[in-house]
Amino acid sequence: MQVELRDPNVIMKLSRLGSFHQSKLSFLRSFLKEFKDWEYKRDLFNLDEFGYGVAVYSFKKKDRIYSLICFANKLDENERSDRVIATKWDAAFALHDGVPTKKDIERLKNEVPKQEVGRLSYKELTLSRANKSVRVYNHVVESLSKGIQPDLNLLSKVGYLYRTTAVYGSGKFGLADRFRIKNRKEIYGPFRLEMMLVYLVRQFTFDQVNHVAKNKNPKKAVNLDPQICKNLGIGNSTGLGMAPFIVNHPTLLNNWIYAREMALKKIREIRNIKTEHSDLFKICLKKSIKNITSWNTESEYQQKKIKSLLNDLNIFINFLEKKFNFSKEFAFNEIYLWLEKNSGDECIEYIVSMMMEPYDDIINPLINKMNSEEEKYFNIPTDRTVSELKTILENKYSKILNINFSKKENNQNFWFISKNKEEPRLADRFMEQGSELEQPLAIARDIKKLYDVLSVSKNSLTIDKFLVNNSDSRHVVRRAFIIEKFPYSEIQDNTIAQSMMPIDMLRLKLSFFGAIKFDPRSDKWLRICMFQGAPLPEQLKNYDDHWIYNSLN
Amino acid sequence: MKSLSEIETVSKRSCRATGFSWGIAEEVGINTRMLEMFGLSGIKNLNHYFRVRNVKKFEKLNLVSKENKTSKLEFCPIIAGLSFLDQVRSLESFREIKFEKIAYPLLFLPFVSRASEVIGKKLQLKIDSRVFLLNYNNSIYSNFLNEGIIDVGSNVLIKFQENKDSFEENEWRELYKLSENTFVEESDSLKQAGAGAGLTDND
Repeated sequence: MQVELRDPNVIMKLSRLGSFHQSKLSFLRSFLKEFKDWEYKRDLFNLDEFGYGVAVYSFKKKDRIYSLICFANKLDENERSDRVIATKWDAAFALHDGVPTKKDIERLKNEVPKQEVGRLSYKELTLSRANKSVRVYNHVVESLSKGIQPDLNLLSKVGYLYRTTAVYGSGKFGLADRFRIKNRKEIYGPFRLEMMLVYLVRQFTFDQVNHVAKNKNPKKAVNLDPQICKNLGIGNSTGLGMAPFIVNHPTLLNNWIYAREMALKKIREIRNIKTEHSDLFKICLKKSIKNITSWNTESEYQQKKIKSLLNDLNIFINFLEKKFNFSKEFAFNEIYLWLEKNSGDECIEYIVSMMMEPYDDIINPLINKMNSEEEKYFNIPTDRTVSELKTILENKYSKILNINFSKKENNQNFWFISKNKEEPRLADRFMEQGSELEQPLAIARDIKKLYDVLSVSKNSLTIDKFLVNNSDSRHVVRRAFIIEKFPYSEIQDNTIAQSMMPIDMLRLKLSFFGAIKFDPRSDKWLRICMFQGAPLPEQLKNYDDHWIYNSLN
Repeated sequence: MKSLSEIETVSKRSCRATGFSWGIAEEVGINTRMLEMFGLSGIKNLNHYFRVRNVKKFEKLNLVSKENKTSKLEFCPIIAGLSFLDQVRSLESFREIKFEKIAYPLLFLPFVSRASEVIGKKLQLKIDSRVFLLNYNNSIYSNFLNEGIIDVGSNVLIKFQENKDSFEENEWRELYKLSENTFVEESDSLKQAGAGAGLTDND
């Protein structure tokens, strides 16, 4: 049986993309899989009694070494802010290519804590900073110093000791360009070095609380129980900075979504499901419910989604247990079709992720196809004709072409880069200044505009001639020829509409990172947790691949 | 040191800021990155061009022909380059294309390099006495190594290089003969068991 790939017009709607969940394809899970055989080491731990100072952690295999350099600094309470406008943090980190020399550490000590205003070199690969969750951090230090383990209820409510507020890579602030390292096999999957940084930062947070507690009360203090450590992750506050990325990298976006869609298609095409596979699917599904029931958020928008997800999941589990038999042919296809009829977007995408769990043989080859050589698709095929371009728009942007942009609500917002932080922002074009400096992220509107011009142009005109008088549309002409080859490269929604939820764009990207427990703090930023339940570095050599469903929280 | 990613982003944004469309700015970002990667002065020339553009007008060459002369003003290297890149397939038959007075011709060069990749032919670009051989956008061979600004190319010539061998047939034969010394003579029984063995060829 041949199953069709899902329709991009449905899947690439923001409401659907904003319902994606982590899966076996997620970058933090594929990172752990790749680095499980590497030698982990804490090379330097030079902190004072209060936990301030320098630490270095590394992963090594043969001649290749990646070192995380951590700088923990004193921060006054009134200086602590998760917002991107902050200039100081509890700790700052850089992932260094190789073993840093003393000179490197001295150089980085001056630059890394400054983050965006510091300068890194081609020897550094990623950069980040993090703030303590003060409530949890202090409680953990206090408890450990008294010789007792912390309150698990409090830990479970938050899920981490520190949260990062940005992780930078790919040439930002002087960091190494991707081309310098892209041929290394171990980092072929997307964002692998960003994941490594976050993972090692997590270990630093455990070592730091143990160290501070020990210094506070050398005789009584105990270390944080490794099982508790395992159930703590790293938090992350994410704002609009992440949103334009998925618009600016169309072929990369396509390759992420295509991997997911291809995985689903192949799973639906399996004729006979082995019992061990259906059992694993059911076990993961049941265990995963804990991740939903411990998903805390004050956001009404998310609460509603969680409630509907839980409700749908209960109905689905009931169907699975009482009315479904895995011995029938194409069982996963039947499950998928049932979900389409009976569940909402959150639940459909949740189960799609879950279906991947038993199938390493399908997923692993797809993981290596989630990168993109974007420059290969940059040139516009200018020998094509207006008629061909028009057909592409009609086929690939059919819903977009129906949007009426003369209506205020469809043209409400504009994306811009803020002067003070050089970060993407969204504003109401009728209330705020600066819409004339709009970023090229209103793809739907610009595609519609292009279509209107094409409609009054001569069909046989070649694109080179068309562009002579229509250079304003050049950026979307390029995109149209990209979507012709990459069906999942474009968000099929209006990114400047009044009703648009920017956090849907963030959630899409974060789900591919492998984040869980999305906690929207407004429609423009959210908090998440990464690596909660993940094996500790010493446990990597022999870890359970389904750790994400075995968290105690 | 600035990363190529920073160079691309800043070039793109500055290009947009001077009034070019976002689509053109994207092209300029990629081009400046390429120039700097190949060791040519992209940032210097771009910066200088944008500075001069505030006080001086340039002619837009929208349709490229065999000979492109400008009346008074110098050609804008970005529009001329873009037109050449976009129209290169239809220009190939000319074999040679001449331009008079292209401002900041180093900014024109990356478009020609990319055009070489588009048509799958090497292109020779002459900017007055400076010669560049653009190899399918993979490398640039040049007699121009001095870093710096070229504010105008008075005579710019693009030659389409035919895809032909750079050596004589006898040189090839000599080398081929040498390579044969790595081959092993097959025995009769191995020849019999090769691909297609045992089948009737007239089936």
